[in-house]
Amino acid sequence: MTLVIDVTARRGAFEVRAAFEAEAGRTVALLGPNGSGKSTLVSTIAGLVPAVEGTIALEGVLLDDPANDVHVPPERRPIGVVFQDLLLFPHLSATENVAFPLRARGVPKPEARERASGLLERLGLANRADARPRDLSGGEAQRVALARALVVEPGLLLLDEPLSALDVGARVRVRDLIREELARFAGVRLIVTHDPVEASALADRLVLLEGGRVTQIGTPEDIRTAPRSRYAAALVGVNAFHGLLGSTEEGAGRLATDEGDIVVPWPDGVEPGEVIGLLKPSDVTVSLEPPTGSARNVFRGRITSVAIEGERARVRIATTPPLVAEVTLGSVERLGLREGTLIWASFKAVEVQIVSR
Amino acid sequence: MATDSRRSPSTASSPLRRGRIPAGFVVLAALGVALVALPLLGLVLRTPWSRIGEILTSENALTALRLSLVVATTAAAISFVLGFPLAWVLVRSTFPGKTFVRAVVILPLVMPPVVAGVGLLAAFGRRSGLIGSWLFDWFGIQLTFTTAAAVLAATFVSFPLAVLALEAGLRGLDERLEDAAATLGASRWYVLRRVTLPLMGPQIAAALVLSWSRALGEFGATITFAGNLQGRTQTLPLAVFEQLQTDTDAAFAISMLLILLAFAVILALRGRFLR
Repeated sequence: MTLVIDVTARRGAFEVRAAFEAEAGRTVALLGPNGSGKSTLVSTIAGLVPAVEGTIALEGVLLDDPANDVHVPPERRPIGVVFQDLLLFPHLSATENVAFPLRARGVPKPEARERASGLLERLGLANRADARPRDLSGGEAQRVALARALVVEPGLLLLDEPLSALDVGARVRVRDLIREELARFAGVRLIVTHDPVEASALADRLVLLEGGRVTQIGTPEDIRTAPRSRYAAALVGVNAFHGLLGSTEEGAGRLATDEGDIVVPWPDGVEPGEVIGLLKPSDVTVSLEPPTGSARNVFRGRITSVAIEGERARVRIATTPPLVAEVTLGSVERLGLREGTLIWASFKAVEVQIVSR
Repeated sequence: MATDSRRSPSTASSPLRRGRIPAGFVVLAALGVALVALPLLGLVLRTPWSRIGEILTSENALTALRLSLVVATTAAAISFVLGFPLAWVLVRSTFPGKTFVRAVVILPLVMPPVVAGVGLLAAFGRRSGLIGSWLFDWFGIQLTFTTAAAVLAATFVSFPLAVLALEAGLRGLDERLEDAAATLGASRWYVLRRVTLPLMGPQIAAALVLSWSRALGEFGATITFAGNLQGRTQTLPLAVFEQLQTDTDAAFAISMLLILLAFAVILALRGRFLR
């Protein structure tokens, strides 16, 4: 079972173009900021919004192919969707909600109820079987919605922001439960989220969506080591410089970004032009006095924020271009780093990785 | 933002202002209550309670009651069956002239019932009616002065109420629940039956109760279009009108029956939808 998507979807004036594949037994996360087109894509995959162009195919069966007038309506797609706000039927009990897809397919009532009860029991909801959705906690409602999507054993399970409606405590518990259910589910698993932690925790592969376009596809590790966009870099906490690479001397180059220039290495095989320079925050050195070392990139600016993460702190500095440095808590205290402090930030040209666009 | 800034001072001051009722308002409010209560009180006092059982079980009254129930129930049913698809179209589609169509459908609500009766004659009258003459010439069907005409008159005036209530119900419905049902494998018919209609339960009940009670009380259009024929078109209000000229006791007794029916409707409305 494989989901193959190469499609253009439209909602109002907003257009989303996405091409990616998802295999059975693996979990793909569609990750993007708000407004990136995730929910439009969800609606299109679910069949609620017809595709404008391209194709969606599941296990070789075309679900959408507007060029050939193919549009399988949502009720005939083998897709189980858990919507962002769950959309449980308020007038039905938990069991009736889960039995709904079975009843809609003509399964007799006693059998449908029995299968629904069985699934609810597996999800630890045996004692909530007769509860109405409004009487369920966030975590319970989430599990009922998951059961309702799973009960007919669809070929594709589509989870839209599965944890966003939950409070922090419930989130961890439900995340573990979803991970278990995903592992059990044999079909294609697709999660849509704006939360990189959720995506990394649940998915084997990430598809990054920004402004209606796929900007990168890869494992969480791929994206951590080589983020291809500023959003991706921000997700994994890396400095990313987009700009034009020009040569200055043998083996070195100048990367001109909209917000200032940096000196970078010039690796073999990279052509002048649009590139991304990546720099780990731990490679940025901060000091109160002008640095004396051999660093070619030296900037001066005020700290805009200091975020403490365990034993280390991430310091944002309003240099041109802006930088994020990672320092120890000891340095924060010794140097008296706080918002507004005027400091020097430096890094060696060789620390910058150049990635072609 | 603007509403927020406007709302906060008024909510802050409302506990202070709420207690102060202008003296003039008390007088006017009491007059208003009296306006409605006095005729009711008059009815209660004038109702021949000792004879009421005898009057209401008379052949005449029972026939009118039976006819009224048949006419009102049929009118409410037709209003629902035609009103639901119409409300659906009005809420969920856009087409040129939609505002106009809506205005036309709601017009009977504010139209004098006697005008409605004249209009019905113009459409379904045997001699000059738009459709009526054709029905008579080709099929020998005459609507005027039949129970069907009474039903038609009652439906005409109660239909807008049903449409309005059903429109409100459809507007308040979260369409995404219907989308969710579709992704769960439900056909459009199944979605309608298991999701849309059940979720609209209160508004459907309101539509039925409102159109039923409006149909039950219809007088002007009925007498104009259907006439006042005992056993065929003489519903309870028409019976009251006739009795008033011959046996006032009977008129009061039947009026009291209508009031009790109306009261039951209000209780049903309060209990279910107006809470």
